[in-house]
Amino acid sequence: MAVIERELTQPAQHPERESPSHHESGHLPPEYRDHHQSVRIFGFWLFLATDMLLFACLFATYLVLKTHTDGGPAARDLFDVPGFSAETLILLTSSFTGGLATLAMRRGHQKQVLGWLVATMALGLCFLGLEVKEFATDVSAGATMQRSAFLSAFFTLVGTHGAHVSYGILWMFMVLLQVARRGITAVTARKVFIVNLYWHFLDVVWVFIFTVVYLFGVVM
Amino acid sequence: MAHSAGKYIFGYAASLVLTAVAFGLALTRALAPGPLVLALILLAGCQVLVQLYFFMHVTEGDGPAFHSAALVLGFIFTFAVVLMSMWIMTFHSQVA
Amino acid sequence: MLEALRNFADTYLMWHEGPLIWGSDALILLTVIGIVAVLTYFKKWGWLWREWLTTVDHKKIGIMYMIAALLMLFRGGVDAELMRTQLAFPGNHFLDAEHYNQIFTTHGTIMILFMAMPFIFALFNIVVPLQIGARDVAFPFLNAVSFWLFFFGALLFNISFVFGGSPDAGWVSYPPLSELEFDPGPGENYYLLGIQISGIGSIATGINFLATILKMRAPGMTLMRMPLFTWSVLAASIMIIFAFPALTVALALLLLDRIAGTHFFTMLHGGNPTMFVNLFWIWGHPEVYIVVLPAFGAFSEIVATFSRKRIFGYGSMVSSLMLISIISYFVWVHHFFTMGAGPDVNTFFAIASMAVAIPTGVKVFNWLFTMFQGRIRLSLPMLWAIAFVPCFAIGGATGVMLAVAPADYQYHNSYFLIAHFHQTLIGGVVFGMLAGMYYWWPKMFGFKLDERLGRWAFWFFNAGFYVCFMPQYALGFMGMQRRMYVYPADLGWGPLNLVSTIGAYLMGIGFLFIVAQVVYSIRHGERDLTGDPWDGRTLEWSLPSPVPHYNFAAIPTVTDRDMWWVLKNEGRTEDLQPKSADLKPIHMPKNSGAPFLIGVSFFVAGFGFVFNWWLPAVAGLCGVAACLAWRSFQYDDEYSVPVEEVMATEISLGRL
Repeated sequence: MAVIERELTQPAQHPERESPSHHESGHLPPEYRDHHQSVRIFGFWLFLATDMLLFACLFATYLVLKTHTDGGPAARDLFDVPGFSAETLILLTSSFTGGLATLAMRRGHQKQVLGWLVATMALGLCFLGLEVKEFATDVSAGATMQRSAFLSAFFTLVGTHGAHVSYGILWMFMVLLQVARRGITAVTARKVFIVNLYWHFLDVVWVFIFTVVYLFGVVM
Repeated sequence: MAHSAGKYIFGYAASLVLTAVAFGLALTRALAPGPLVLALILLAGCQVLVQLYFFMHVTEGDGPAFHSAALVLGFIFTFAVVLMSMWIMTFHSQVA
Repeated sequence: MLEALRNFADTYLMWHEGPLIWGSDALILLTVIGIVAVLTYFKKWGWLWREWLTTVDHKKIGIMYMIAALLMLFRGGVDAELMRTQLAFPGNHFLDAEHYNQIFTTHGTIMILFMAMPFIFALFNIVVPLQIGARDVAFPFLNAVSFWLFFFGALLFNISFVFGGSPDAGWVSYPPLSELEFDPGPGENYYLLGIQISGIGSIATGINFLATILKMRAPGMTLMRMPLFTWSVLAASIMIIFAFPALTVALALLLLDRIAGTHFFTMLHGGNPTMFVNLFWIWGHPEVYIVVLPAFGAFSEIVATFSRKRIFGYGSMVSSLMLISIISYFVWVHHFFTMGAGPDVNTFFAIASMAVAIPTGVKVFNWLFTMFQGRIRLSLPMLWAIAFVPCFAIGGATGVMLAVAPADYQYHNSYFLIAHFHQTLIGGVVFGMLAGMYYWWPKMFGFKLDERLGRWAFWFFNAGFYVCFMPQYALGFMGMQRRMYVYPADLGWGPLNLVSTIGAYLMGIGFLFIVAQVVYSIRHGERDLTGDPWDGRTLEWSLPSPVPHYNFAAIPTVTDRDMWWVLKNEGRTEDLQPKSADLKPIHMPKNSGAPFLIGVSFFVAGFGFVFNWWLPAVAGLCGVAACLAWRSFQYDDEYSVPVEEVMATEISLGRL
């Protein structure tokens, strides 16, 4: 909070929109050096904050409805430990490879950026595949989202995360094309950074899903 | 300087260890339910910090750290929404 | 064939419902034909597309928001007059129960989401970049997307009236009443999707203005030098980004219940209807502060300007805004104390609710102290600001009464509540937005609104307000509940209801005076040649009216709070005049048709979901995805305004 204190009392160091002051920003990572791009990164942090609240509401709904199984399958009957352990390991690793893409971008290695993005997307696809398989198994066992309030909440919470992951893969693919075509510029650097912020954020959400949904479900 | 792979490798290792501890505690039911829930939530909280610091570079950037303030506020509201909803809804208007 | 057509007309166009629908259909058709004919005759289609539909200029987007808000104020107002007409006499049957349900539902939804929200966004857009010395908002393209999402969300909601049927489960749309089982028509789906689409736009607006205010300020404009309106937008935006996701989730889950057969809020299979109530008000309570804080901000600017004094207690004003934006997140249960969550829950939320009165009270006293010993001019904006103070004070006091949880069991959902929230929302938001509209109108259009007609509007609206709502407090104590469409004579509610209806008509006349005032002033309003018609204090008044599209020829350096006022007092106004040596080419965002097309795609998708017609639903979503993908690959989205053009514009404005 001290930084905000300072901001309240001292003039803003505001680079003119026309002339991003490159000379004094040499110590900044490349995605922040252009004022346009750094404002976009800030906007994306704000988006992540709102998305966090979106998941908060879904978690709240899940936790309130968790015991409302209507005599149908409960968490303990449903969750398969090796399955969600594998999903967790894959997503954690993809967060790491995504981070390496950011690192390669900061070092200016275009080929490595492309490689790590491809690895991240591939891991994301594996994750999605496992999740679809898990959902299909549940449904074939009669655990559909129409069965009970608990299952409605479960499929919606985990499915919303899955939809975010799918969107993230499509988005990463578009960033990949742009890096391939244009190399690492102020704009593509920012895009690589932001898409990975999104990806790490999804990893954070998954940490809470495996904790609150799966581990709590198996334990209690 | 942030341009080194060490930070990422450390972050990845930390997230794996934290996950393994969480899974281990939960699957062996090492603690009573109450402390177990608390421990799992604390471990998840550590994971968040690992992702934020090692992967998302939350401490970097230009100008004042308004984004960190937004995140802190977001976490407060997130916990408020989840915990208070559970508290409000404990009266069980519906039978399970 | 003919049979099929008649079926279609009866099912979707509701032609069996009689003259009311036929009349509306004819009116809408005539309006559309009229607009198309005028645009074609004057060859204005290209102009409309280039200057408005594709614009990313915050000032034009603000004007479009304002026009939409005024139109929606009219539609919501007509709904109100219809309701009051129905309730004027006991045993009245001007409307039947079904129509009455639809009308109170659309009245509430439109007034909050499609009138108050666009009205505050209008002022956000028009004022904030000018007050902080910026060329535009942080994300101009996204800003246009927000507007078109609002516009097409509102359109989707409004066409329900003539295509398929209006929603009728109340503006809060509580399940289980709003579930498919009890409300099978498409109206409820219209409600869910219309609000969902515009809500996405609102979240984007919140993000946009936070980034604008925190990252785009002119050099020297520290946070504690920001005008209070900008502070209020900051506070409102914080609440928007944290509260709107709850609405998104509540609506999405109810929609899933209705179209995917899930059981979040149903009576069967473990569903819990009260969870919807909980989620809805997690958004709903911050929402009322989202709309009222910008009004507070406008009052702060107006009171200081028309008292010719610095605002009293700037620091406490800022901290009150911030406190309100945080505390308002912890009061939501006061909307459903009677749900029976228990004394501990109710006590916590009752105390938090009462606590909001403290920072609000601080603000009211600050406005009064600003006026104290000021040289007050009673121009239109100030009139509305002064009228706001007693009105909001009564609304606040009755609010504290409602916050007392045990007593709330008596008032809950009675006309006492109706009177209370109309007093805060009209006295706070509508008065504030009208005051802001009068205040910044010259900045938008270059002329003032006529003072004399404005006073007629003011007195009719204000007198009408008290005549309309004071009786409703009493009616609430006499036992009259909200949403009842008819009552028997022997309850003795007739006289007060008649008085209330007369008040509603007086307010309607007030609105007509505003319309007349706008129409009259377009030709005869006093032109604003100086750019500073009210002797203003903040940066926007240093610019000509209307403002050139690039706002500031040279970005000013700010050294004081109330910068413009200080410069005027020190005779240094030329400090803010551009110097030809300082001029540089200005980079501005290019116009784009994509935001409009994103809005259209969302509309098509939403329309498909309303009727479970999957083809348009999927097509619309594909359209959205295509627009977003196109945008991702678009790199050439800025252009440069050459120095000569800036110079020529400034010379023609007499500033160089």
